[in-house]
Amino acid sequence: MLGSENRNRRRRNIQKVAFGILWATATLNLLALVGFLLFIAVNGISAINWEFLSEMPRNAMTEGGILPTILGTLYLSLGAILVAFPIGVGTAIYLNEFARDGFWVRMIRQGVVNLAGVPSVVYGLFGLAFFVIIMKLGVSIIAGSLTLAAFILPLVIGSAEEALRAVPRNMRLASLALGATRWQTIYRVVLPPALPSMLTGLILGISRAAGETAPIMFTAAVFSTAKLPTSIFDEVMAMPYHIYVLATSGTNIEETRHLQYGTALLLLLIVVVLNLFAILLRNRLQKRYKSST
Amino acid sequence: MNTESTMNMQTSLPQTDKMTVSATTALPQTGDRLSMENETIKIQVNDLKLYYGNDQALKGIDMVIPERKVTAFIGPSGCGKSTLLRCFNRMNDLVDICRITGEVLIGGKNIYDRDVDVAELRRNVGMVFQKPNPFPKTIYENVAYGLRLQGVRSKRVLDEVVEQSLRSAALWDEVKDRLHDNAFGMSGGQQQRLVIARAIAIQPQVLLLDEPASALDPISTLKIEELINDLKDEYTIVIVTHNMQQAARVSDYTAFMYMGELIEFGDTNTLFTNPGRKQTEDYITGRYG
Amino acid sequence: MSTSSISSFQAAKKPLISSRTMDLLVHLFFLLVSATGVIILGLILVFLVMEGLPIFDKISVTDFLFGSAWYPTYDPPDYGIFPMIVGSASVVLVSTLIAVPLGVGTAFYLAEIASPRMRGILKPVIELIEGLPTVVIGFVGMVVIAPLLQNVFNLDTGLNVFNAGILLALMAVPTIASIAEDAIYSVPKSMKDGALALGATHWETICGVVFPASITGIATAVVLGIARVIGETMVVLMVAGGAAMIPHSLFDPVRPMPANIAAEMGNAAFRSDHYHALFAIGLVLFVTTFLFNLLASYFANKYRRVGEAI
Repeated sequence: MLGSENRNRRRRNIQKVAFGILWATATLNLLALVGFLLFIAVNGISAINWEFLSEMPRNAMTEGGILPTILGTLYLSLGAILVAFPIGVGTAIYLNEFARDGFWVRMIRQGVVNLAGVPSVVYGLFGLAFFVIIMKLGVSIIAGSLTLAAFILPLVIGSAEEALRAVPRNMRLASLALGATRWQTIYRVVLPPALPSMLTGLILGISRAAGETAPIMFTAAVFSTAKLPTSIFDEVMAMPYHIYVLATSGTNIEETRHLQYGTALLLLLIVVVLNLFAILLRNRLQKRYKSST
Repeated sequence: MNTESTMNMQTSLPQTDKMTVSATTALPQTGDRLSMENETIKIQVNDLKLYYGNDQALKGIDMVIPERKVTAFIGPSGCGKSTLLRCFNRMNDLVDICRITGEVLIGGKNIYDRDVDVAELRRNVGMVFQKPNPFPKTIYENVAYGLRLQGVRSKRVLDEVVEQSLRSAALWDEVKDRLHDNAFGMSGGQQQRLVIARAIAIQPQVLLLDEPASALDPISTLKIEELINDLKDEYTIVIVTHNMQQAARVSDYTAFMYMGELIEFGDTNTLFTNPGRKQTEDYITGRYG
Repeated sequence: MSTSSISSFQAAKKPLISSRTMDLLVHLFFLLVSATGVIILGLILVFLVMEGLPIFDKISVTDFLFGSAWYPTYDPPDYGIFPMIVGSASVVLVSTLIAVPLGVGTAFYLAEIASPRMRGILKPVIELIEGLPTVVIGFVGMVVIAPLLQNVFNLDTGLNVFNAGILLALMAVPTIASIAEDAIYSVPKSMKDGALALGATHWETICGVVFPASITGIATAVVLGIARVIGETMVVLMVAGGAAMIPHSLFDPVRPMPANIAAEMGNAAFRSDHYHALFAIGLVLFVTTFLFNLLASYFANKYRRVGEAI
């Protein structure tokens, strides 16, 4: 009797220790994120002011603002989503609404899965060989946007498919039973409730494109431009690339630290705020959907 | 898409050919007991077989369904009654592994012919599902949906049809002040009458009801049954139900199915009071099911 | 059966394109759109092969993969990438050793133990970590971890295998945690109840029932986490140290394959041997991650089959 009680106490203690360890591993994520954000915020906040946001760099990048990098990142990520979103949604519509399971569908799905696994620097190589050289786009906003579009395509497809799957099947049946064609059913019944959820994919796509460096290194980004870009065939400065160059290969690494921190903070803010917004939007839509059925 | 079709939706499927079939030729297995001399045949099923992959769900069905009457399909779960119903508007086409042989003639036209436009067919053969499935739109837009599909834009026409359909579905008085509220805010029974209104708004010739009351409370069920009774003056109604009392209350003719076969078909009164087959008798007396 | 009069009436009213034809065209359109992903994947492979293979006119595959010297601009040049392969392997190994316990632990905590409130906090946290710009992670590695390592271990440089391993682990944990959590979460409750009803503690149930039942899902998660780390570029470019030599300790600098491509492509002349060699490294990288992804798909399918059997 007594022995088994001891054993049970031991078992309970083991559980306590084990759960403590699991709790610690999970909490470490929170600490890492908070520490990370705080560190950049504390060091970067002093660099951010109106001049920093609105002016061209001066004095060999050691002074002035980072306006061209902000604009460059904006153009690149918007260009990327402009291409990737329609294609991603179209692919999701095909996979979820038209396709019957078979060889072709399995191939498309496996292709998307593998595309998601392609290293970002390989996208850079592909963009260089295909868009920059073969398509003769040069190192330009358009070449960088297309490369980034390919990079974020799997993400956009995934979230669009999730949005379509959330629309109950019986809505489609109801519409078809009323004599609607498949396409009428999709754009009158399926897409309207799915579109808000697809927005999460749109926002995540923009954020992912804005934060990436390797795909634009050889396709769009340069360290310095004399003026702001005026066409989509111009090369651009971009925030991630700017951070990389200033931190690694500038001649004045120490003098530009405040600019590095400032740019990193701004990029982080953009990306985290977009991500947070997408996450909150998705959670909200999920809840609303649950209460309505 | 197809703005013209409003005009011809009534005529696109051949209207009733007055085919008065003498019962003996139409239904060999129950012919001696079924007298349909006074009925016009709306749907005729000839040797219909349906397979899901290698499983045969319908094993050669022959039957006729009279116009402007209520015909009920009864039988234990999995007997094929819903499957058969879904053959009449080709909803089974949506199941990848489904294969069909035989004929289903509606108004004399085989709906499995190659030249049949399935969307056009479904405009003429409406369906109401077991679980109410309104769209996440307003009540008004739900009812107007079928007309909008056909390109109807005139507000006057839409208003008129919406009101008329909701009245026919005995729902108008309950919702006339909140036509532009989301349909998800209605009760289950109201939703089911809404989808009936939605189905009849495009004036189909046939109305298929797939266990329309099984998810509803008794009072809502009663309302649906009254509604069916009202609608049969205008529509040919086929209802699948697992509730025998319901079949007895609402239908003029009843088909009893078992294991993918049509066991017995006859006028409802006779079938329930004096079943011709042992299996039918076992089922309606509750010996299995 | 009189259908003739009606169908002639229909023909007069028929729109230019019947709804059936229209639906077929729409279907075809979306089919073409959906091919984009596969086409891009194919193009990536085609260009890597097209631009990468010419280097093998100059050097054998064996010398390329196992040569120990990388001097692309010398005369005569050397194109041996073995140090980079070892460099990649070493940072991947270190990060895997750190990330797997953390990621799997986090997954079990989230799926089995966490209160809804804790889940509500931690799941977004993990997604946010996954979305952090890699260049900023690399930057933090340079300005925080590198000086720290240098001082604590008295090193020549803080930019080394260990530094890169830590940061890559930070990036692999979200991938591993979220995919493994799905697998753990989908273990049927009835299975767990069976163990609990026999008097097992929650922890014993996790070890004895939940873990074995979700092992293939966890394996999928780990493989995908590793695949992500293999291809990760900015972190290894900024903090791995950049020396194309075989490391002898945890604190030696290395030059993993992605870092080498990123660092040198800007200087390689178009279609020079150097350019072709860098594409060939890209091909090696592509094939490696592709194989890891196939392995992950294999585990995932196996897991699904187990799920179906239940």
